[in-house]
Amino acid sequence: MAETAPILELRELRKSFGALKATDDVSLDVRPGEIHALIGPNGAGKSTLIHQVAGSLTPDGGEIRFNGEDISGLTVAQRVRLGLGRTFQVSSVAPEFSALRNVMLSVQSTQGSSFRFFKPVMHDASLVDAAMEKLSLVDLAERADVVAAELSHGERRQLEMAMALALNPKLLLLDEPMAGMGPEGSKNLTGFLDTLRHEVPILLVEHDMEAVFSLADRISVLVYGSVIASGSVDEIRTNRDVREAYLGEED
Amino acid sequence: MSRETVINWALALGLLAVPFLALMQGEPFYITLATRVAILALAGVGLNLALGLGGMVSFGHAAFFGLGGYAAGILATHAFNQEPLFAWPFMVSGSNDMLLIWLVAIVLSAVVAFLIGLIALRTSGVYFIMITLAFAQMIYYFAISWPAYGGEDGLSIYVRNGFPELNTLDPIQFFLICYVVLMACLFISARLRDSRFGAALQVARQNPERLAATGIAPFNIRLVAFVISAAMTGLAGALFADLNRFVSPSMLSWHVSGEIMIFVILGGVGRLFGPLAGAALFIVMEFYLGGITEHWQFFLGIILLCVVLFVRGGILGILAGRRVHG
Repeated sequence: MAETAPILELRELRKSFGALKATDDVSLDVRPGEIHALIGPNGAGKSTLIHQVAGSLTPDGGEIRFNGEDISGLTVAQRVRLGLGRTFQVSSVAPEFSALRNVMLSVQSTQGSSFRFFKPVMHDASLVDAAMEKLSLVDLAERADVVAAELSHGERRQLEMAMALALNPKLLLLDEPMAGMGPEGSKNLTGFLDTLRHEVPILLVEHDMEAVFSLADRISVLVYGSVIASGSVDEIRTNRDVREAYLGEED
Repeated sequence: MSRETVINWALALGLLAVPFLALMQGEPFYITLATRVAILALAGVGLNLALGLGGMVSFGHAAFFGLGGYAAGILATHAFNQEPLFAWPFMVSGSNDMLLIWLVAIVLSAVVAFLIGLIALRTSGVYFIMITLAFAQMIYYFAISWPAYGGEDGLSIYVRNGFPELNTLDPIQFFLICYVVLMACLFISARLRDSRFGAALQVARQNPERLAATGIAPFNIRLVAFVISAAMTGLAGALFADLNRFVSPSMLSWHVSGEIMIFVILGGVGRLFGPLAGAALFIVMEFYLGGITEHWQFFLGIILLCVVLFVRGGILGILAGRRVHG
């Protein structure tokens, strides 16, 4: 496979909370067309890492390059506008808005300034149509008018995915998308992500090993803040350190 | 038409009817009462943008109400005395033209709100409440200690400021001016709420983290909303000064911030016509209960307590039911 320039590149990223090294010299990258999974036991520093990539935590040192550009100094919103879409570990939606209006907010963001004060959004076909399209994509079109707070857990996950996709991201940051989904939901989502990889590369943080092994092109294993192994699914499966540190606990 | 729309129309037409009924009954005092309701409702409509839509609990909106009042008072005083406001580097004279005074009140409130917002909006929750209160109190004490415009004693407006083609000294005509301004600001509020900006503002209240993750910075959205909100309350202040033909530091005091907040909460936080319902109930209670007992605010307190504890949606929540989201 020809080397393509990575879309996301972390170089020697470091973050400490007091004496705890939550991110210890982490370097990894995500290339176009791939799903790069990040796994690790609880407390390994996966969330801390995701927060730094998304922009809600500032690293102590190192570099985050997105699309060839250093984004370490940018805010969360600025990174999103560059094309860094994400879903949250616990679904984060506007609870009082309908599913449709939630997705419309993403569409609105891609269309430029939100400082437009007079035209009612519900009469704006460019917002409504684009949002409906993304809702259909995640199979939520018939629930478009339901207030987000009244959606089921799984539906809220789908909604978040539609909101992320409506941003036309260049990279998706998925923080445990399978959490609490149940076997049926996980299977559907796995199938969905499998088709999505051709459109947008994904950095996937996930506990569900079955999903990770069936989806990931590459896997990095995080333990105590540092990457102890990185490679293909087979390499990770057979890696002794990984089995000891992580997979062994599961068996 | 939804039930809320019907009630909004009833409130709007009800307020409009009061002064004409008062005129027929030969009780012109009620015209002034209705004008007070319109102006105080307008102050609440301003706060409702920040508090209701944006979730910014400003305890300092008296600052803008008072600044609007002083804009009217100071310009009118200079016009009356035929002294320029300042003569260097260029000559600026006073004015008794309401339209110009409104513009000054709006711009002044907006600029001050921008500066306060730049600092206050870096905080949230109880800190935001305290910082907005602190700024308002600073302006209050400044007004008290500034002798040029009456200091503690305030400033009288000897002749009510004028409006082109109208006689503002006629209570009905002045009421109609205030009423039209109120309706215009309600219309603007409704459009804002349904616009892209309004969508972003409401998500800034519901879930700011989500707004940022959608690529929209909550700070900028909140700041602009805070400025628009202050401008409306400032405009109300200019009208209030003209109604009483008097401004004093008491317009800037934290009691007023509290009262504006009470209009919004009584009427229903975030409901378009909530501030009108709230201000109307407040004034009616002040007038009737205030006639019976000095301690009418005790009963106001009980009602407020009941609203907060039992009916989250305020008066409009009782009348129109739960808010419908689109």
